[in-house]
Amino acid sequence: MKDQGNYRPLSYFQLMEISLRELLVEKGIVTDAQVDAEVEDMRRRGPERGARVVAKAWTDPDYKKRLLSNGTVACEELGLDIPALKLVVVENTPEVHNAIVCTLCSCYPRMLLGIPPDWYKSRNYRSRMVREPRAVLAEFGLVIGKEIQVRVHDSTADMRYLVLPMRPRGTEGWSEDRLAGLVTRDSMIGVALPDSPGKTA
Amino acid sequence: MIPAKFKTGDRVKVSKAYPVGHVRTPPEHVRTPYYIRGQVGEVERLCGNFPNPEKLAEMLSGLPALPLYRVRFRQNEVWPDYRGSDSDLLEVEIFQHWLEKP
Repeated sequence: MKDQGNYRPLSYFQLMEISLRELLVEKGIVTDAQVDAEVEDMRRRGPERGARVVAKAWTDPDYKKRLLSNGTVACEELGLDIPALKLVVVENTPEVHNAIVCTLCSCYPRMLLGIPPDWYKSRNYRSRMVREPRAVLAEFGLVIGKEIQVRVHDSTADMRYLVLPMRPRGTEGWSEDRLAGLVTRDSMIGVALPDSPGKTA
Repeated sequence: MIPAKFKTGDRVKVSKAYPVGHVRTPPEHVRTPYYIRGQVGEVERLCGNFPNPEKLAEMLSGLPALPLYRVRFRQNEVWPDYRGSDSDLLEVEIFQHWLEKP
């Protein structure tokens, strides 16, 4: 065993974050407890929130219509609190495959999917997803036939996006809860398909 | 609130007002990606009015709120060497002050 720990000096942004946080607390603008509670809230939110929305849309055609016309209102209908999130839901069909990226930073529907994966924030994904989406999707293991239109949504301003994947075959009669179990985070970003029913049977 | 000049289906061109290299040309924070400047697309929808992010970045109010659009571009027009299907699309949110009639 090496005589070294894994200590590394703080990075620029880590140092900035700590300095800013300490100043805000020192000046009485926020308390440590408020910061902790916010971080805890953020950690608690995960893709199962988005999965509930998708499963509901799969089982209720009227809900799906409302979801596609106003994503924010449709989420609130399910009791999902999504403050300040202007949600645009884009639907995958046999003719169209949608995928989401934020080329400028890392805009992501955190209120529905939780904290974004590191690759979503990587320069590689952000620069290539608009330029050669089919090659990037293939690297995720998703090969899209040329007869299917690929639509990439660059989340550049105030909207946030969620892909409504196609309901897998062989799930007729399934409950919303069971369906939600097939809806993966990546399928709602558009870089994968939902799990197939065999996987959870 | 600034009224919307464009509607769904209108052809629009993204301004090339702030090209690369003009590091100190205001505004310093823009939400229009460089790759889409100068491109012609079609308004997919009006998203509503939102404060101008270029002003928000300067700690100003960003008001009056600007119309924000989702603009749809053809991938094979944005990237001349695009490899994919001719029907592939790219949709980008763009504020009204970046859009002009083509």
